[in-house]
Amino acid sequence: MENLQLPPKPEKSLFKKTRALIILLLVLALYVWTFVTIDIDWGRAIERSINNFHRVIPKLFSPDWAAAGEVGEAMLETIFIAFAGSLMAAILAVPLAFLAAQNMMGGKVTSTIGKWILSAIRAFPDLILAILFVVAVGPNAFAGVLAIAIGSTGMLGKMFSEIIESIDMEVVQAMEANGANKIQILFYGVIPQITPEFLSYAIYRFEVDIRASSILGIVGAGGIGTMIIFASSNRNWNEMGMILFGIIIVVTVIDFASARIRRKIV
Amino acid sequence: MTKNNSLTQKSIPLYPAKTKMQVTIIFLVILGFYLFSMIRTQEDMVGGISGALGNMYVVIEKFFPPNFTILSAIWDSMLETIKMAIIATTIAAIITVPLAVLSAQNITTFKPLYYLTRTFLNLLRTIPDLVLAVIFVGLFGVGVFPGILALTVFSLGILAKLISETIESVDMNPLEAMRASGGNVFQVIWYSLVPQVAPQFTSLVLYVFEINVRASVVLGMVGAGGIGLVLNQQIKFYNYPNAMTIIIVIFVTVLIIEYISNKLREALL
Repeated sequence: MENLQLPPKPEKSLFKKTRALIILLLVLALYVWTFVTIDIDWGRAIERSINNFHRVIPKLFSPDWAAAGEVGEAMLETIFIAFAGSLMAAILAVPLAFLAAQNMMGGKVTSTIGKWILSAIRAFPDLILAILFVVAVGPNAFAGVLAIAIGSTGMLGKMFSEIIESIDMEVVQAMEANGANKIQILFYGVIPQITPEFLSYAIYRFEVDIRASSILGIVGAGGIGTMIIFASSNRNWNEMGMILFGIIIVVTVIDFASARIRRKIV
Repeated sequence: MTKNNSLTQKSIPLYPAKTKMQVTIIFLVILGFYLFSMIRTQEDMVGGISGALGNMYVVIEKFFPPNFTILSAIWDSMLETIKMAIIATTIAAIITVPLAVLSAQNITTFKPLYYLTRTFLNLLRTIPDLVLAVIFVGLFGVGVFPGILALTVFSLGILAKLISETIESVDMNPLEAMRASGGNVFQVIWYSLVPQVAPQFTSLVLYVFEINVRASVVLGMVGAGGIGLVLNQQIKFYNYPNAMTIIIVIFVTVLIIEYISNKLREALL
């Protein structure tokens, strides 16, 4: 009988072994530190949840239909905020994306600057931007529009610049060789290649912004979030159930519609 | 020759008239809806857009200079926020494995189960993180625990979807070969699916960790622990220089974590 044995595995170098060990130890230390120092009051959490469970959960599932009109109106405002914000962002993101793309504005310097601007914008959570804009323009829906617009510009700019970097440069070179000027190259060589994906990402961002703008009201920037904060401070869980129902319906419908449109575009 | 001439003289439009018409209509609808939303959202604003732009400098005046003397006091809450994100991401990464496998079309051949998990995950993803936090704070009281729960549930939806998509795009040949040579379901998953998915899995978990850090910052606004709680207090007291310090700390922390996670992901893929 033939001896069935696997060939020996290649030896791993000592450097790789120690590196893997050090990474493992670091991760382990991080976890130990996290779980040891996290301050969870288990007694209170359990006691509270036993007391509150019947007051919260069943009510969430029996929404207060009387609030449906109000929820609908607030949801509509949320959609307006998200739409205005993401369209603004889609427009603002285009120049930044061209700046950040390595194959467009020439040098590495402009690209690095553009990338830094975009990641700086992305580091601000939407809600923090909303706080700043609420102080600037007052507690209204327009503060939400501005927060969404700036917040989405960071992400969209990054996506757009990646799309620009992935275009077929041979088309551009062919046009250059034929004597086309910069504007002609932009309109006939670059834009036709990037438009479908740009639109697709902008529509996708609108989906994300619907979710984002539904919570901005917590800091006073309009939309359904205002109702969330009132319902939670009044412990009105029936109304919260209705709000949740409204959000789920609107988000699902918009996700579905946007997926359909995006499939058609790309 | 004459035929050719008539062709070149009449320039043929690049797009048919119907497409042009459609694009124009869509463009007008979008523009109209945009104008309408701009008007609606600015309805209850005092002073209009010009007033708003003038106010921008009020913000700068109020928020600057930031009060850096409180740095030592907010350090602990910032760490708490990061800890919340670490724990939530870890729990979500563990729970997500069975869910992702079940909602991948090429592994779960039993259709009803696939549709059930898909629908459940879709539903989960529609609920904003802050709403989850509000509900959990209502259930468990103010603290870190509801925040971790909210983050876990929230990131579970995203992670399971992303990972199931990765699983759906793997090379099915090794799996078939393994099945043909008599491997059972778990052997097939362990020896031919896991090695293919592992790098992407780690990369996606890191990505969700980034999202979670950003989300856990804001969860505190509704009482779910971490730096957001402190920020909310400072804003409520109109103590804007302190608030600005906190915002800067958040900004720097998010940038550092993003940088580290980006480097790690580049090394992985």
